[in-house]
Amino acid sequence: MTSRPEPDAAALADHVLDVVGGRADATVSVQRVSDGLTRFANSFIHQNVGDEHTLVTLELVNNGRPAAASTSMVDDASLARLVEDALTAASVRPVDPNWAGLCPPAPQHFNGVHYDPDTTAVGPDERAGVVEGFVEAGAGLESAGYCQTTTVETLLVNSLGQRVSDRTTQAIIDGIHRDGRADGCGSVATSSFADLDGYQVGSTAASRARAGTDPIELAAGRYEVVLDPRCVAYMMDFFSIYGFNARAVQEGRSFVSVGEMQMDPSVSIWDDAGDPRHFGPSYDSEGTPKARLDLVKAGLTVGVTHDRRTAARSGAASTGHAVPGGASMGALANNLFLGPSSTAGVSSEELVAGVQRGLLVSDFWYTRVLDPKTLVVTGLTRNGVFLIEDGVVGPAVSNLRFTQSPVAALAPGRVLGIGNDASLAPGGLHFSWNHAPSLRLEHWAFTGTASG
Amino acid sequence: MDEAVAAVEAALGAGAAYADARVMLTRSEAMSAQNAEIEDMRRAESTGVGVRALIGSSWGFFAVADLSPASVRRAGERAAETAKASARVAGPALELAEVPSVVDHWESACGEEPLSVSLSEKGDLLVAVTRASLASGARLAQASYRIWDTDKAFASSQGSRISQRIRECGAEMSATAVGDSETQRRSYPGIRGQYGTQGWELVRSLDLPANAARVGEEAVALLSAPPCPEATTDLILGSEQMALQIHESVGHATELDRILGWEAAFAGTSWLDLAQMGSLRFGSELMNITADATLPGALGSFGYDDEGTPAQRVDIVRDGMWVGVLSGRDSAALAGIPAGGMVRADGHDRIPMVRMTNIGLLPGPHSLEQMVTETSDGILMDTNRSWSIDDRRLNFQFGCEIAWEIKDGRQGRMLRNPTYTGISPKFWGSMDMVGGPSELTYWGTPNCGKGQPMQIGHTGHPAVPCRFRGVRVGVR
Repeated sequence: MTSRPEPDAAALADHVLDVVGGRADATVSVQRVSDGLTRFANSFIHQNVGDEHTLVTLELVNNGRPAAASTSMVDDASLARLVEDALTAASVRPVDPNWAGLCPPAPQHFNGVHYDPDTTAVGPDERAGVVEGFVEAGAGLESAGYCQTTTVETLLVNSLGQRVSDRTTQAIIDGIHRDGRADGCGSVATSSFADLDGYQVGSTAASRARAGTDPIELAAGRYEVVLDPRCVAYMMDFFSIYGFNARAVQEGRSFVSVGEMQMDPSVSIWDDAGDPRHFGPSYDSEGTPKARLDLVKAGLTVGVTHDRRTAARSGAASTGHAVPGGASMGALANNLFLGPSSTAGVSSEELVAGVQRGLLVSDFWYTRVLDPKTLVVTGLTRNGVFLIEDGVVGPAVSNLRFTQSPVAALAPGRVLGIGNDASLAPGGLHFSWNHAPSLRLEHWAFTGTASG
Repeated sequence: MDEAVAAVEAALGAGAAYADARVMLTRSEAMSAQNAEIEDMRRAESTGVGVRALIGSSWGFFAVADLSPASVRRAGERAAETAKASARVAGPALELAEVPSVVDHWESACGEEPLSVSLSEKGDLLVAVTRASLASGARLAQASYRIWDTDKAFASSQGSRISQRIRECGAEMSATAVGDSETQRRSYPGIRGQYGTQGWELVRSLDLPANAARVGEEAVALLSAPPCPEATTDLILGSEQMALQIHESVGHATELDRILGWEAAFAGTSWLDLAQMGSLRFGSELMNITADATLPGALGSFGYDDEGTPAQRVDIVRDGMWVGVLSGRDSAALAGIPAGGMVRADGHDRIPMVRMTNIGLLPGPHSLEQMVTETSDGILMDTNRSWSIDDRRLNFQFGCEIAWEIKDGRQGRMLRNPTYTGISPKFWGSMDMVGGPSELTYWGTPNCGKGQPMQIGHTGHPAVPCRFRGVRVGVR
């Protein structure tokens, strides 16, 4: 067995393509990952982990019969087995009538936008320093969360000659402070570790936690709301998977109807992997280069996300949103932005000032879809809810359960204000991070209290 | 095993007070079909070693895929170095509950090697059942299976040397009908399918073809069914929904790492206070919940957990009283209890953490038929559709795919969009009928998310139908 102790991504991919030879059309992806995550709870670090691996994925098509295989073993024997496994699997399956062909050669629109070489060198000592700042900012409170640094090098080649590659880095601090039962959260996600200020993020979380003590119980009902960016970003995962996904649209499972005013004219939604405020690779799992894609312009639905299969079905071009295993999932946007369509947003204080009686919501939790077509979801608030009266943030409110369609909440006439505080925050289905501002909405339906 | 031992020795040499390592080789296969066409077929192999080193208050963990001697030793050293870095934000030193040192090999039972069943036979099955569902009127008919075949070698600095081979597989199918304003879905055998530590005989026993047309017909019928009314009424849950109810409101709530605050930032905490264990009433006297990793064929079964602790059965709720938790060696030491043997990782590259084994409700003296007969006004719900529960595992709202009205002891018309909500101890306290041993199913959940980085756990949930009194349903 010949081993490759220092696998070079390009050499690995070319080797696999050579082994396939003329027996099938093939796409080979190589992903090299170095990941470190420092986790803290009860105000000290309790788990500190790291991982390095290389993953080789082969997708091939033999006379219209596709199959895929992957391996983390990069010696010659394992790579030969990878190829034979995929060829065997392809040979016994029926022809796929929806196979849309390999991605033809196409240049990348950008490369290395989300890469910071200094971040690749960060280790557990530096991450502990960020955690230390976060914890110190909440003196007297209990803290929990994580600091993560990730470097990913990717390369994709196919039998048609497409050859794309990228390097990306991610650095995240995300945590809570707790004052008894009152929690406050804060996070920053970026390509550069130098942008992480643990103390500053911890201060935001601590101030919310301290303000959240002694919550009052509020009756269920419809309330005007100011949703923090974290809430809006949370909901955008649902838009991506159940909404703008062309497969969901083609199968009649989505709310999306291109050409209709489905959201308030003040709102636009787009996907842009090249925006430095986001992170991730510059091409999709089929090798299609990513570019900005408008989905909603001033309330008007104008686009959906395609991979090669859904695009072929619609007579369109792939928008570069294929995901691994996407033949059954569809095409997903994982660089989403929501923002004002024309004028700049206003401060969160101005959003609150316009509310006569409503709620300021910090975060959502454990939200699941009741009906994918209307996108009615149910979930709970978390990490701080506050009553707003006469434009002033008042007492904390106990967590509430909601049952609400975020599409309906953003319908024409229902968006009363957009903040200028957009940031990257985690999506609610753990699929992606999304870039979103605060929103003031006419109403949000709360259907119960967390206590009963 | 040699690689695991070398990694442990390297971690000890770099200063670890305790170390263990797992070398894993996992082969997996998955296929899915929609509307009588195979959509996706993929196989995967992964291997590597994950090393855990304990220094002071923190675990350090490092994983590599390269199993060369130098790489393995370096992984052990980096695990210890990573643990040392935690000292900058340190807490009280962790202790480990005692477990015996073991040298052993264990394998799950497997009748028919799932990876040896021909791909064409598996593909024909998926195509046939989706064709049948489609023919019955559904717009989307989907079916899939998944197989995992895992070899593990575990070594600890306390002398354990354990090898295991665990084969898991299962299958699922669903039919979706699309109306003007909503969609309706029926799944078989459940929304998450049915999985176990068994061979392909499990998939054969499901008899997907016999149920394909029915799920299609029910999905179509649901589009025109009346909605579940908003009411407070008696609720009968089928065993698949009971599995979800147990998983979310008992399993997660009794994870000791959550109770201790270790998961506070993401997965959440628990409404349970450790000081109340043994004296807190969790539910009615009919409620008996065990965590049993020894059940043959159940998805949460194994020989030893990923700390080398033997699989065991632990009482969690006995006669309605909360009496136990899900624990590992570190959390058990803090709580002053024996290690529960409930720590697992979803691959060589993830740190082991407290995970559910087979958390199940013991059968009772009743039957589903008896529950219907003895209900004058209520609703029967089955097959989970949506699930949402707060970060303390107290307030839940769950939805099911289908429901039927119960009037005067008879099962009546079908209802769509059924949901119910409750507060955990109040809900479990209202349980007055529990199905019998003949209705027991070892449900398998292959997609339980927890931890950072996220890990996907495989858990089992023995469950029977149950009745609950005075439950709020039809929440909108």
